[in-house]
Amino acid sequence: MAFESWHDFIAMGGYGFYVWLSFAGTFFALAGLMIHTMLVRKNLRKLCAQEAARQQRLARRKQQRSSKA
Amino acid sequence: MNNASTWQLLKTVMLRDAKVALRKRSDILNPLVFLLIVVSLFPLAVGPGPDILGRIAAGVIWVAALLSALLGSERLFRDDYLDGSLEQLLLVPAPLSALALAKVAVHWLFAGLPLVILSPVLALLLKLPFEGWGTLALSLLLGTPILSALTAIGAALTVSLGRGGALVSLLILPLFIPLLIFATAAVEAALLGMPVSGQLAWLAALMVLTVTLSPLAIAASIRVSVN
Amino acid sequence: MWRWLHPYAKGEASYRLLGKMLPWFSVLAVIGVVVGVGWGLAFAPPDYQQGDSYRIIFIHVPAALYSMGSFTGMAIVALIALVWQIRTAEWSINAIAPVGAVMTAISLFTGAVWGKPMWGTWWEWDARLTSQLILLFLYIGVIALYHAFEDKRTGAKAAAILSLVGVVNVPIIHYSVYWWNTLHQTSTITKFAKPSMPMSMATPLYIALFGFAMLTAALICWRLRNEILKQELHRPWVQQELLGDNAAQTEGQ
Repeated sequence: MAFESWHDFIAMGGYGFYVWLSFAGTFFALAGLMIHTMLVRKNLRKLCAQEAARQQRLARRKQQRSSKA
Repeated sequence: MNNASTWQLLKTVMLRDAKVALRKRSDILNPLVFLLIVVSLFPLAVGPGPDILGRIAAGVIWVAALLSALLGSERLFRDDYLDGSLEQLLLVPAPLSALALAKVAVHWLFAGLPLVILSPVLALLLKLPFEGWGTLALSLLLGTPILSALTAIGAALTVSLGRGGALVSLLILPLFIPLLIFATAAVEAALLGMPVSGQLAWLAALMVLTVTLSPLAIAASIRVSVN
Repeated sequence: MWRWLHPYAKGEASYRLLGKMLPWFSVLAVIGVVVGVGWGLAFAPPDYQQGDSYRIIFIHVPAALYSMGSFTGMAIVALIALVWQIRTAEWSINAIAPVGAVMTAISLFTGAVWGKPMWGTWWEWDARLTSQLILLFLYIGVIALYHAFEDKRTGAKAAAILSLVGVVNVPIIHYSVYWWNTLHQTSTITKFAKPSMPMSMATPLYIALFGFAMLTAALICWRLRNEILKQELHRPWVQQELLGDNAAQTEGQ
């Protein structure tokens, strides 16, 4: 352990601000990327549901038309 | 297919491009006027004293040259794409990269060479000390083919997009950085009375590299854009 | 080898393969990053010159390394996409570029923050920082070009060409910036003497490097899976994957 106490750990020998700032920036950048990836997947599911509904509608209409004829 | 006919084809393409360019004089003149205006804005912005102007002159001229090269980049393939002659170019029985190089050469003739000729005027406007004039012109002579070749890559990539302007600058400007560094360093060395052959040799090497490799990229980009 | 590789040119097979790899990469990434960075932060000894500020290295160096690694990887898949027209390779370009751009941004940000206590300024036109900045521009160019095209296949090919042009230029830009920097050397920069790192610092750095490699791989896998789904959205297997079994049933009726 390089530090005596939690307080020392946070202070980082006087460089705490810089060290934690860079770690926070890294964390938020990576978290942002992951959240974006998740949102893309969620959005894809929505699009996919729409596409499936559309295909169903088309199939139903085709059926109706063929039953009429 | 023999060599003679390939040369013939290249010559035809070059002559045609030159004719088209000469017919649309404003497309040639506008980037040059833009360059002149940008250069003359700088004394107004930073003050007309010769000490500061002379120091930044080479950098300003080169940055303005990069911007005006981007401004003229649309002219390379846009019209050919719109009227379908770019598609015809794919059918020409000659290597597409050679044809691309021919087009770049003509573009340089009307966009790059005037810059070299104009460089004493620009140097005068920015009060560049006389020792730097020759090196500035030489750096432009070696550097403008790189400008033409690289902008051609950007123009070919974005030709099928309606609005390529801002995108081309985004794609191509970072690639200009080595050119900018060596060209301005050459002029700076000349002003300090140091030998400039090293920087100019680097510029020449970059030019040879760009001119040999970029036609491949341009040809691939045209193929992607046209289909 | 080609016969073995060929199924992965198709979307579904690669999607399944990536799905199998993703948990491994993720678990190893979490372990590597937590152990490497945690060790570096709390247990490695402070540097005799830079005190505790050097602990930024445990994210700065991995991010910088994989920002360049991702660009190389992107150029390799770009070559594959252009030469063999393999669609998975085309999609990979758009999966790798944002990850690489974020890694570049992280390395720039941590470099700037590290520069403040060491060089006394947030931004120094240091050769490495400058060439990282240009790398970020190149990434942004690739991403912007891909998204500019309505037809994604054309966009992917255009982005492939641009990343190949970029990868030829990256070393030239790097060395020219390096040369420019030594020419314009300012007095504020104190070049660190680079003694070989003691084991107590190097070990956590290697672990962090491994962790970030796995993290990069996991993120790329994840985004590539999304990309495959997006491109094959109309295929039945995608609907089954995204909407579950009930969609497949209604389709079977």
